[in-house]
Amino acid sequence: MSAVAPPWAMLAELTHSCPLHCSYCSNPVELIARDRELNTGQWVRVMEDAAAIGVVHAHLSGGEPLLRPDLTAIVAAAARAGVYTQLVTSGAGLTPARLAELAAAGLHSVQLSVQDATAAASDRIAGGRWFATKERAAALVREADLPLGLNVVLHRHNLDTVGEIIELGASWGAERVELANTQFYGWAMRNRDRLLPSRDQLRRAEETVRAWRERLAGRMELIWVVPDYFDGVAKPCMGGWGAISLTVAPDGRVLPCPGAYVLPGLAFPDVREHSLRWIWEESAAFNAYRGTAWMSGPCAGCARRDTDFGGCRCQAYALTGDAGRTDPACSLSPDHHLIQAIATGDRPGGDAGPVANRRMPRARSGHGGEGG
Amino acid sequence: MSAPPSPPGPGWRPRLRRAIVLRHDPVRDQDLLVMPERIVVLNEEAAAVVRLCDGERTVGDIVTELTGTWPAAPVAADVSGFLVRIRDEGWVG
Repeated sequence: MSAVAPPWAMLAELTHSCPLHCSYCSNPVELIARDRELNTGQWVRVMEDAAAIGVVHAHLSGGEPLLRPDLTAIVAAAARAGVYTQLVTSGAGLTPARLAELAAAGLHSVQLSVQDATAAASDRIAGGRWFATKERAAALVREADLPLGLNVVLHRHNLDTVGEIIELGASWGAERVELANTQFYGWAMRNRDRLLPSRDQLRRAEETVRAWRERLAGRMELIWVVPDYFDGVAKPCMGGWGAISLTVAPDGRVLPCPGAYVLPGLAFPDVREHSLRWIWEESAAFNAYRGTAWMSGPCAGCARRDTDFGGCRCQAYALTGDAGRTDPACSLSPDHHLIQAIATGDRPGGDAGPVANRRMPRARSGHGGEGG
Repeated sequence: MSAPPSPPGPGWRPRLRRAIVLRHDPVRDQDLLVMPERIVVLNEEAAAVVRLCDGERTVGDIVTELTGTWPAAPVAADVSGFLVRIRDEGWVG
């Protein structure tokens, strides 16, 4: 084994295309077009190479991964290589035949996104009438006897119904509901002022989640992804840069985190030009913020540096213009006032105006992902 | 969900839950329990117990088999304690 510990997980962004238009979408503002996507053979090789360097989990995500007509072949390649696969989907396009095909190819589990507890509210956030589709998808997953998880991105417009969302998860047969407070990257950053909740809202939601967690103990797992704008504590983003996980973009670029597209000065290597092993172990991009040697400021001498790894590089860049600074979410950061000002409601136009649903580039003819 | 009585009797036949995979990781040379959002690294003894949770062997069968492997260890107490823990985690039923 080399000095760099092997990765445990891979996020495979199979496509950035998606029929939903969620206002909190964390995909980059500039989406990768379909004609630049890896083809089937290239994804098959990514799965094989990922297994060979130690990846145990592959999260097949997007966009909407079901838009890839070759998804079954990609799942089968992962299964052959011994990689555990989870489909991360909106549910759009999950027909009984499709799910049967995926399960037969070795798919292990499904994580379904839900936007809110009712059709009207959920459809408003998703920018289309998808709630009934999701409900059917959940039933199909349970009928196929695959484990079902729900992921729900939380923000000002659905935090007050978190209890109903949890009940929905229980009634749909989910084993796990991930309640993820919005992370402000990509499209979500554009809507930040209109998505940020109030501190009171968050406190009430946390109490609700705590009560439900006790009630559902042993039956359903509730995961609360903390709102780092409010806690004064930086999240241990990705478990550390280049430490646990890698992201493969639709066009074959490999990133230490799905938010890193925007970071300047980093050339993200391409699986068509380099081996995944070289990318993980040797590339400048993966070594840029690996470990603690890059740290300066309060992080370098901090007892928490091996716990939170300086927080999130993308957030440091988004808020300070320098990806190498301490995450301003941390109360020890010299830039913490930036996030405090935002979180305490000192944001022009914060309460007014609608959130902007995600816009998708116009569909192109042809599909770069086929063949190979 | 119908959990067996606690503590489980020797007649309980633990079975690894569907969608939880026990596998050897050749890169790390470790045994892993892999589930949708979690990977658990098992030590040698834990892996030996989980490997026998096939829904056919009873707890008593598992203890008997492992007593042959580790004659000096308090296998009966260790195995049932471990099985209760992993049952409470939802990994076997």
